[in-house]
Amino acid sequence: MSVNSPSLTQLITSDYPHGFVTDVEENTFPPGLNEEVIRKISSEKEEPLFMLEWRLAAYRYWVTCETPQWANVQFPPIDYQSIIYYSAPKMLKKGPKNLQEVDPEILKTYQKLGISLQEQEKLSGVAVDAVFDSVSVATTFKEKLAEAGVIFCSFSEALKRYPELVQKYFGTVVPYRDNFFAALNSAVFSDGSFCYVPKGVRCPMELSTYFRINAANTGQFERTLIVAEEGSTVSYLEGCTAPIRDTNQLHAAVVELVALDNAEIKYSTVQNWYPGDKNGKGGIYNFVTKRGMCKGRNAKISWTQIETGSAITWKYPSVVLRGDHSIGEFYSVALTNHHQQADTGTKMIHLGKNTRSVILSKGLSAGQGKNTYRGLVKMAPGASFGRNYTRCDSLLLGSRAKAYTYPSIEVKNKTACVEHEASTSKIGDEQLFYCRARGIGEEAAVSMIVNGFCKDIFRKLPMEFAVEAQKLMEVSLEGCVG
Amino acid sequence: MLTIQNLQSSIQGIEILKGIDLTVKPGEVHVIMGPNGSGKSTLAQTLAGREDILVTNGSVQFLGQNLLALSPEARAQAGLFLAFQYPVEIPGVSTLLFLKTALNSLRKARGEPELDALEFLNNIQEKVRQVKMDERFLQRSLNEGFSGGEKKRSEILQMLVLDPKFAILDETDSGLDIDALKVVAEGVNSLRKPDRAILVVTHYLRLLEVMVPDIVHILWDGRIIKSGDKTLARELEQRGYEWLTEKA
Ligand SMILES: Nc1ncnc2c1ncn2[C@@H]1O[C@H](COP(=O)(O)OP(=O)(O)OP(=O)(O)O)[C@@H](O)[C@H]1O
Ligand SMILES: [Mg+2]
Repeated sequence: MSVNSPSLTQLITSDYPHGFVTDVEENTFPPGLNEEVIRKISSEKEEPLFMLEWRLAAYRYWVTCETPQWANVQFPPIDYQSIIYYSAPKMLKKGPKNLQEVDPEILKTYQKLGISLQEQEKLSGVAVDAVFDSVSVATTFKEKLAEAGVIFCSFSEALKRYPELVQKYFGTVVPYRDNFFAALNSAVFSDGSFCYVPKGVRCPMELSTYFRINAANTGQFERTLIVAEEGSTVSYLEGCTAPIRDTNQLHAAVVELVALDNAEIKYSTVQNWYPGDKNGKGGIYNFVTKRGMCKGRNAKISWTQIETGSAITWKYPSVVLRGDHSIGEFYSVALTNHHQQADTGTKMIHLGKNTRSVILSKGLSAGQGKNTYRGLVKMAPGASFGRNYTRCDSLLLGSRAKAYTYPSIEVKNKTACVEHEASTSKIGDEQLFYCRARGIGEEAAVSMIVNGFCKDIFRKLPMEFAVEAQKLMEVSLEGCVG
Repeated sequence: MLTIQNLQSSIQGIEILKGIDLTVKPGEVHVIMGPNGSGKSTLAQTLAGREDILVTNGSVQFLGQNLLALSPEARAQAGLFLAFQYPVEIPGVSTLLFLKTALNSLRKARGEPELDALEFLNNIQEKVRQVKMDERFLQRSLNEGFSGGEKKRSEILQMLVLDPKFAILDETDSGLDIDALKVVAEGVNSLRKPDRAILVVTHYLRLLEVMVPDIVHILWDGRIIKSGDKTLARELEQRGYEWLTEKA
């Protein structure tokens, strides 16, 4: 794609383009959290009993926890009693059967965001589950997926229709005791996506969930579970946006992936939550737990993330390499501009023999952005001949941006091998001058250099989203030069 | 075409150019020679608009415009081109994308339609052959891992693609093998047209033998201390710079 496409100037000069609010009637709980609220969420969603019990256990654990302090980010204490834990567009109480039943205002919202659900259903080869505030509003392509035996639906629907399947895998990768935010999510999660790919099936299309926070003062706590049975493959993408609001909003999601023998899961994220304004006011706190389990032999889990939004990002998509010969990958671009803070990275936990992992992280900071890579590579005693390659590159734009790298390595097996490379560079004045002396304007030059820096990661995204990611970088860098 | 009057500039408070006067007419090829550190590259980069060079005095008219008031990109868009003495590497940006972006920026500034990928490829292929570059270079990151000579060839390719009205070549002939030198000379000659002009910074006569200049200037400590025809270069070769400074 040319960096001079007409949309670029438009994009660069525009502010956060997804910042509008949709006017729909919502069924909203009063703010605050206690066991009663949790029971209400569960009954509102007509959940099976095991789910309610899990929620309550998670809640009882959570009240004993304290907010973790170790991340390299600063924010004032969160008042969990002022957050609204459930908000759902009213007419969706029972859940729409098809797109015709979805509130037209909501359909319009997705259209404005560039994802027309109606069109998706007809034209493109991507199945979309759209999550609006706390609930899933629509899933496209259900029938076509069902033909292949793939289950792709909202989490609530999965709990109703496939409770045994959910119960079998739910919480097996991220137990509620995992961390503070995982416990909170386990107690109050409202919806999310569920995907099950049966044995030997290659999922016939890209799956995608589009998360949108609309209501004010509402936390979004979604839960995603993807199970790939033996020899199956699936590629999944999530996108996120939120309206501009000058208070911070909490987003604490949990994603669990399970890959059995010879299965492959590719999970891509384009995260563009509202980052706050130029002075650091408002924005989403994105505190997310994502983990995949390579349960079987030769299983493969690959995380690709483009993180450009949120005031604070705190996430470490990880892979537990339990099956022998299993593979874990982490490809990440994290960009912080203005006052954004990101503390992100991955954990590769090698348990099985001949397990391999690759970590490729690109951190970009502009303005007064703060970007931290935090990673753990662990070779357990059983990880004979385990291998990891890690490469972390940081690029700074301007003199006030900051980059940090904290790689930890634990090797308990002598045959395992861990390799780490890191670099920090600045977009040099020389590079910029060279481009400008060729007639390329400053913003376009920065965006070209940045895209060059991120190219290896963009390549890992599904094709349709690579261009989108590139555009997103351009918008997010708006105002960082000069 | 280009009129420089009493140009003075400094880098980090150190005065480098101490009053340059130079007039280049359409169709002419000028050569600037001078010892290391005399300010040749500084002159070239002052003209191209490097921002950490501070112009402290003087004026530059380029095709009827006040050059010094323009941003570096606007200068390029007005038809100025600088082949860098030390071309910069840009990891992850292919030579092809870079060139296409540059050409389309120029076209856009001139109100011409931008070229799509296919049109651009057609446009560039012949030029790639002209500089005898392997087409695979186009897919490589700009200048990254290029040898010294390859970088210079890539500068000439850029010059041919961008087709400037006024080209400055800062030691583009340094470090070249004989074939590459020929490429550079032919590149410069192909640009030689009645409505364009070229300023060549060099230390060597080799290039001047293939590409005969109209005027040769000697830059010494931030000033042009002598100008003459091509025989001046030969004299310099034989007698060295001391001959001139003793006289000056
Ligand atoms: N960034 C800088 N900071 C300080 N001094 C500089 C800088 N750039 C150039 N100079 C000085 O300016 C003077 C002129 O440098 P310039 O590069 O113009 O010389 P030149 O004539 O091109 O030399 P050469 O033949 O070696 O290329 C030198 O003394 C050099 O050290
Ligand atoms: Mg020089």
